[in-house]
Amino acid sequence: MLKILKAGFYTTVQDSGRFHFRNKGVPVSGVMDEMTVFKVNSLLENEVSAAVLEITMTGPTLMFEEETYMALGGAEMSATLNNLPIQNYKVYQIEVGDILSFGRLDKGFRSYLGVREGFTSKQILGSRSFYKPITKENRLRDNDVVPFIDSKLFQPKISEIKVDSFLDDNKLEVSKGPEFHLLSDRHLEEIFSKSFTIAHENNRMAYQIKETISSHEMSMLTSATLPGTVQLTPAGKLIVLMKDGQTTGGYPRVLQLTDKAICILAQKRGGDKVNFKLV
Amino acid sequence: MNPPKINIKSFGVHSVLIEWPHEVSEHILETILRFQTYIRFNILSDKDWEMVPSYNSLLLINRKKTIDFEKISKDINVGYSQLKESEKPDRYLWRLPVSYDLEFGLDLDEVAKKLNKTIPEIIAMHTGTTYTVYGIGFLPGFMYLGGLLKDLEVPRKATPRLKVVKGAVGIAGKQAGIYPQESPGGWNIIGNCSVPIFDASKENPCFVNVGDKIEFYQISRAEYNLHKIEAEVGIYKPEKIKLNA
Repeated sequence: MLKILKAGFYTTVQDSGRFHFRNKGVPVSGVMDEMTVFKVNSLLENEVSAAVLEITMTGPTLMFEEETYMALGGAEMSATLNNLPIQNYKVYQIEVGDILSFGRLDKGFRSYLGVREGFTSKQILGSRSFYKPITKENRLRDNDVVPFIDSKLFQPKISEIKVDSFLDDNKLEVSKGPEFHLLSDRHLEEIFSKSFTIAHENNRMAYQIKETISSHEMSMLTSATLPGTVQLTPAGKLIVLMKDGQTTGGYPRVLQLTDKAICILAQKRGGDKVNFKLV
Repeated sequence: MNPPKINIKSFGVHSVLIEWPHEVSEHILETILRFQTYIRFNILSDKDWEMVPSYNSLLLINRKKTIDFEKISKDINVGYSQLKESEKPDRYLWRLPVSYDLEFGLDLDEVAKKLNKTIPEIIAMHTGTTYTVYGIGFLPGFMYLGGLLKDLEVPRKATPRLKVVKGAVGIAGKQAGIYPQESPGGWNIIGNCSVPIFDASKENPCFVNVGDKIEFYQISRAEYNLHKIEAEVGIYKPEKIKLNA
């Protein structure tokens, strides 16, 4: 078990997501930054779908109650193991009673904790990802425990990797969304020539863009959306749907973020700047 | 009837969107459902594919691969030209019980006043028609129902409620629906459905599919309470009738 001594701002269990229920309105959920989690799980020689902790903005304080191996990745949150600083993308051997805690957020917004073979909390509809009301809670609370299987004899093939960090990237590559063709020249000019600010309304469901662009009167019938879909409201607000985003929507889907752009955006917080680039 | 024209669009690298003419129509919905069944059996039988139908569109999503858009578009076009009227997917009519008790029907009074009707007239109109499920989304198990009587159209509330309870039956504009769980919401609430529409503990968490039909019938407060207890112990089954059998 991993004991949550202090839960931090918003800490959840996430895996690769909940599939085959989008036709019933269930969001796919899963880790926001797939590229980082792929690296963390690779270091631990885990399945791609192994569940990790997604740690947002302010990290938790955690106590390991079993032996295992762990690795961190993503945001730089001044992590310490038994009060000694540790690095991202490096495998650490864990003894019973070890304490992992986090300090100042230096870069990025979401950090990921992986353990050997992943967390083994209960699967609901084929996934361990937190999403209320599919799961009882939307996030971990103080004194919760998250199960994992103890691991003593793991010898990592690679114990440390250097990664090309994208935490400073602010270019979001996009393809055309289904309603892209309805945009006016003025809209195109506004979307692709400016830099935008991430609004404080940002979470696992959606990231809103602070600046508005020209209003419009395009109409469509409610249709399916995806993580990374950029909707344009009639008032000219851009909303980027993320992993817990609704599965259908009635606002024009003007752009679609690439998988990498979703990861880049997942590491942004209110006030950060981004720009869109059509590929 | 000739099959309505389709338009195939790439939507990110994992998805393909098939669009039908921009209209709310039974014929289009029926065609989408038939084609969805055809695709599932003949084109994309692989388990990594998911499909989301809604009003005039069908989204095909591959959870892992970057798809070959040209190839899939071709398969879709060929498949669509071979689609037969006879391949009918199973569709069901669900009869759902609603208590219009004033404790649940928070806006019944206001809706009746706005429409210049009595509360029994509102209830009679709401229960006196068959609705079509054109989409499921917004929340897990939230149905977009078409077929609300014109005389029951009333604008959404000027100020949305921060908390609408689970099971709340609402109307807004041309739309009707049920809140499958507690959430914020701006629809006019006229009753509460005693049947849980979404239950994550079940293998199939939502018994309704896009394309199914819904009818509401009025129950007393006592019957409502009984259904709730039956639902809790898992013995309540909503009434279902097979369509186009």
